[in-house]
Amino acid sequence: MLLARVLEDKLASLYRSGKIVGGVYLGRGQEAFSAALAVHLDQSGGDVYAPLIRDMAGRLAFGEALIDPIRTYLGSPLGPMRGRDGNIHRGRPREGMLAMISHLGAMVSVVNGVLLSRRLRGIPGQVGAACVGDGATSTGAFHEAMNQAAVEKLPLVVAVANNQFAYSTPNDRQYACADLVDRAAGYGVMGYRCDGTDLEECLDTFGEAVRRARRGDGPQLVVGSLLRLSGHGEHDDASYVPASVRKSSLGGDCIELAAKLLLERGWADDADLATWRSEAVGQVEEVLEQVVSEPLPDPMGETWCALSVRHLCEGNLGA
Amino acid sequence: MNVTYLDAIREAQAKALAQDERVFLYGQDIAGFGGAFKATKRLAEEFPGRVLDSPISEDAMVGLAIGAAIDGMRPIIEMQFADFSSLAFNQIVNQAGTHFYRTGVPVPFVIRLPSGGNKGSGPFHSQSLESLYAHFPGLVVLMPATVEDAYTMLLDAVQLDDPVIFCEHKLLYYHLKAEKLPTESLPIGKARIARAGTHATVVTASAMMHEALKAANQLAEESWDIEVVDLRSAKPIDTDTILASVARTGRILCVAESFPWGGLNAEVIARVVGEGFHLLDAPPLRLNSRDTPIPYHPNLWAAHRPTAASITTALRKLLGF
Repeated sequence: MLLARVLEDKLASLYRSGKIVGGVYLGRGQEAFSAALAVHLDQSGGDVYAPLIRDMAGRLAFGEALIDPIRTYLGSPLGPMRGRDGNIHRGRPREGMLAMISHLGAMVSVVNGVLLSRRLRGIPGQVGAACVGDGATSTGAFHEAMNQAAVEKLPLVVAVANNQFAYSTPNDRQYACADLVDRAAGYGVMGYRCDGTDLEECLDTFGEAVRRARRGDGPQLVVGSLLRLSGHGEHDDASYVPASVRKSSLGGDCIELAAKLLLERGWADDADLATWRSEAVGQVEEVLEQVVSEPLPDPMGETWCALSVRHLCEGNLGA
Repeated sequence: MNVTYLDAIREAQAKALAQDERVFLYGQDIAGFGGAFKATKRLAEEFPGRVLDSPISEDAMVGLAIGAAIDGMRPIIEMQFADFSSLAFNQIVNQAGTHFYRTGVPVPFVIRLPSGGNKGSGPFHSQSLESLYAHFPGLVVLMPATVEDAYTMLLDAVQLDDPVIFCEHKLLYYHLKAEKLPTESLPIGKARIARAGTHATVVTASAMMHEALKAANQLAEESWDIEVVDLRSAKPIDTDTILASVARTGRILCVAESFPWGGLNAEVIARVVGEGFHLLDAPPLRLNSRDTPIPYHPNLWAAHRPTAASITTALRKLLGF
């Protein structure tokens, strides 16, 4: 969580100084909900994870190396996307982390496919997780995939980070049900709601959801209520979020709240917190220093081939 | 033994399931029911647990195939009709088509599209979408015109490490027959000279190949010698074979059942004009279906798509230059 926050603060400053092109999309305020799911996944054990735009914390918790987001944001040819895709559209599918596309809800059925593959191959006990926001729940792709997972009774955990706004659109223009978790009953899956600003509650909720999915209880839908403490991207000042919402309990900063909890319980003191932060800053700076010295993508070195079977690429026919 | 085009597709899937444990079939009504066209008849019994009915969720069907392919499987997706693949357009072009380029991880799977018109099928069960999918990078688009190609190209498609849009023609399903299944074939991406000739080249594919052959046979009675090139693959396009044919004939007509704006015909002509302008003795022509939705009544439908008669007329015009 802390490393994600520190890294994203750095990425935001790199964007503002023009060193990152395209956009920077932060998970500020959503780190607890994001990481709480991912820490219950076992990457080396074969679990699969489809993070979305605000899941830097979850990605790092799942096991993503710090250098991957930095290389991807800077377009390094040494990163997993090699400058061919950027920012949050990154993944290592062979290592269980799928690379999201921008079209919302589209990753859920892809996780279903991995899970069905595991079933067909006779591999038990692995779970898949897909992350979406409130906006994605309005898409046909989300609905189709939830229903598909329920029909196949797949070990899928879907995390809905309900951050109250899809870009600028408030929830009352996004859905009309009382609570998004009510959707679970319609799909015939288990539903949970939790306070997305409360790390302990998020950990407990996802722990239970992942446990149930892993033991064969079918899909689990977890809805966390929280607020994105930034714009949609760093180009957006989020001025559409009313002050009353910002000041409500939804607007609590999960990292500050988690720190407070640690202090209250005596599990850490102020010096520990300061040390952790400075260590995170040090890690980010060290990796960033390495990446900025790396070569940039070279159009002359590109294959310009979108197929793995090279001789079928247009222009290379017969070559 | 007579093997229909549909039998060939069924047998290719049976063989793929038998020889490769990574293969599974997923689509609407394909398990116990055997598919709307019976292309998967009895496969669910023969291969228990590997032929699965899907909900009516085209987007999620293709999304699932992509996930399984990432994980090492070789799914075959049956769209009930090519027309319904528009509901999976995002997964096909944005997820499947971009995946290898973005991540370096290939997504080997096949989407079978029962394509093309038939009497009474109307606007939503008749479309030919090869040009649409060929437009996007990262996809291979195949169009078998013969029983033999339906069989071997589907088997080849399953073994290919990239996503394949397999456009099979519904009009050929029951009527097109061969004596037996083939044991060898041209590789994917190669066109075939379906009929050799010297006066003009028709470049076409799928059911239109048979209309073109009829037109060529009719003109042969008037001593015109028409070459017919069966593209087999809309992407990649075998430009070399086309140019070699135009070098022999000096004239080209492209025939496709898809809509006229842009597309496969336009692409072939652009390549011939760009790379073989000096070979041409006449302006290149193209013949597509009309730029309207595909009409229901057989009288209207017959006048909407190219036929042997309209191909013959177009060829006379081409030969008259």
